[in-house]
Amino acid sequence: MAPTVRGTGEVTVKVNPVACEAYGYCAELLPELVTLDEWGYPVVDGRPVPDRLVDLAVAAARRCPRRALLVETAPPPSPRRR
Amino acid sequence: MSSTTLWYATRATGLVAMVLLSATTVLGIVTANRVTSRRWPGFALQDLHRRVSLLSVVFLAGHVLTSVLDTYVHIGWAAVVVPFASSYRRGWVAAGTVSLDLLLAVAVTSLLRHRLPARLWRGVHWLAYLSWPVAMAHGMAMGTDVRLGWVLDLCLACIAAVVGATAWRTALAAGRTRRARLLLPVRRRPEGVPVKHLTG
Amino acid sequence: MSPTSSTVAVPPPASPDATPAAGTLFGAWWSSGRSDLAAHVAHFGPLPVPRRVDDQWCDRFAAAVASSGLTGRGGAAFPSARKLALVRAGRAGGLLVVNASEGEPASAKDAALVSCAPHLVLDGAELTALAVRAERVVVCVADDRPDTALAVTYAVAERAGTGLSPVPVDIRRPPGRFVTGEESALVSWLDGGPAAPSFRPRRGTLLTVGRRPVLVHNAETLAHVALIARAGAAAFRRTGPAEAPGTLLTTITGAVERPGVYEVAMGTPLGEVLGRAAPRQAVAAVLTGGFGGSWVPGTALATPYAPGDLARIGGVVGAGVLVVLPRSSCGVAETARIAAFMAGESAGQCGPCVFGLPAVAADLAALAEGRPDAALGARLSGRLGAVDGRGACRHPDGVVRMVRSALSVFADDVRAHLRGAPCPGLRRPSVLPPARPR
Repeated sequence: MAPTVRGTGEVTVKVNPVACEAYGYCAELLPELVTLDEWGYPVVDGRPVPDRLVDLAVAAARRCPRRALLVETAPPPSPRRR
Repeated sequence: MSSTTLWYATRATGLVAMVLLSATTVLGIVTANRVTSRRWPGFALQDLHRRVSLLSVVFLAGHVLTSVLDTYVHIGWAAVVVPFASSYRRGWVAAGTVSLDLLLAVAVTSLLRHRLPARLWRGVHWLAYLSWPVAMAHGMAMGTDVRLGWVLDLCLACIAAVVGATAWRTALAAGRTRRARLLLPVRRRPEGVPVKHLTG
Repeated sequence: MSPTSSTVAVPPPASPDATPAAGTLFGAWWSSGRSDLAAHVAHFGPLPVPRRVDDQWCDRFAAAVASSGLTGRGGAAFPSARKLALVRAGRAGGLLVVNASEGEPASAKDAALVSCAPHLVLDGAELTALAVRAERVVVCVADDRPDTALAVTYAVAERAGTGLSPVPVDIRRPPGRFVTGEESALVSWLDGGPAAPSFRPRRGTLLTVGRRPVLVHNAETLAHVALIARAGAAAFRRTGPAEAPGTLLTTITGAVERPGVYEVAMGTPLGEVLGRAAPRQAVAAVLTGGFGGSWVPGTALATPYAPGDLARIGGVVGAGVLVVLPRSSCGVAETARIAAFMAGESAGQCGPCVFGLPAVAADLAALAEGRPDAALGARLSGRLGAVDGRGACRHPDGVVRMVRSALSVFADDVRAHLRGAPCPGLRRPSVLPPARPR
């Protein structure tokens, strides 16, 4: 039930638009990654989350009253074999 | 510890718990109303709500403990969670018990929030709206200090704050018709291509 | 006795010599004028279901669908074989849903198909259900299409007890809203929830009702499957270009003499397709794909009607919808009307759609009526960008695409409207499919 997935690949942040009710905590905690549109709903651009912000992103996801912020970790790229 | 000390402790912790619980409720309503400012961003108010609620529980625990330990009147451990189990002023103690039970449900589900389905957490959290008035009734009916002017003023201030905040919340929610669409009866769709009837 | 057909027109083929070949969807209906079981079997032959439905047969069936290159005819054009494979890989005992809910107001093809050739749709449904080991077929017809529901009820009753319904068929009547036809919305409704789309962050996740996997196919897609199962993938590929084979049903409305549902071969030039419905005057523009599709200019009518070719001129095949806009109408006004309708059809779940679409519609109305403010152009552009891709389903995306195409195709008109000089076409009645008052 926890809103985050831990792994070792690239971390991205996504919004579940159905659950989101424009509380705006994500934009307050993560202004580098989340901005609000004119109606108060979060805009995320799908860029990978810099390492220094990952913990903050996880904290923001836990804070969301509707659990609408999702922090996802892509599976690490498979190592190339000769 | 003498009975008198315990009695004073019960009254004092009860009063403080009442103020803190009222503040918790008001803060909860404020976050639900999406209040946010530069100095008090939404997440900070949410945090404050949680911290004040935890503090209320501490004082409430003190209140319950001292009232049971005080042997001047017999309340008994069972009455802490079982309503109407006290022989002393059965009804009003039961009100306190009911309020505490509801609050415990809210607190426990909140601590385990991320392990529970979201709907369960929300449903139980609404019980807070029931817990508070029952607690106020318990406090004002049982509290021997209510006859003091300033204590009565404090109670009334708490009531005014929560009632006012609730009225504000109701007004704001009425303005949000977002979910109303899904509940409206099905509206008729345009015809499509109504041209002529063909017979087989 | 076959029922009288519904309120849709399925006009006869262009000329007596051009009678469609046996393989086309309305073949039985053209040759006999009836849609009952006997006429269907007489024309198409019996249901090609084996005595024993084993893995071998399922594999062959799936392979036939795959090599036919059939893509969904519900609007998304997803490769049908891929969807089939996904559900086959899951557990057995699921549902096969025939999506004939047709929430698109400008589309009547599913209603026509289900009324005039229900047995072809049901054949396809039965075969596909067997291939994915589904234990039930559910036909969904919107609750405001009583004629269509009657036709399919009759057809299902005809098949009962004949061995032509190895998988039992239920008929369900979901609400007649635009978003109801979206796959996850329909499944949500079947599962007892609201007819609203769900958030599906990962592609390729299975839809379920209870714990059972669900395969949703548009009614027309299943009709094509029934033909492929009989005549083979090669026959299907004989029509149309290699990357988009087969025929498809189009609904042609707007300023035409003979509005109706037409079966066309993929790759036919757009002008020729429209010609069958006889546009009343010079075509200024055509709305392709549906209310969430896109406009193409009347100068591009030589373009083949196929996904790749249409995309090059900014069009979309979608659910085969074509609305003809005459020169005398105002494209901006019609776009504003569509946007207003679509805003009202939001499921009401996602903020950007709930708030953004009405805002876009309001801006377009102001533009159409020739009362824009100085910031309208930039504001509309910004709002379109803010709404695009930010809902749980593609509804807002479709509206954005439609509006952006209008701003491009009607650029001259838009400029005139921005100057506060709307065209006389504004006062003309709308050519869009009529809407009943709400």
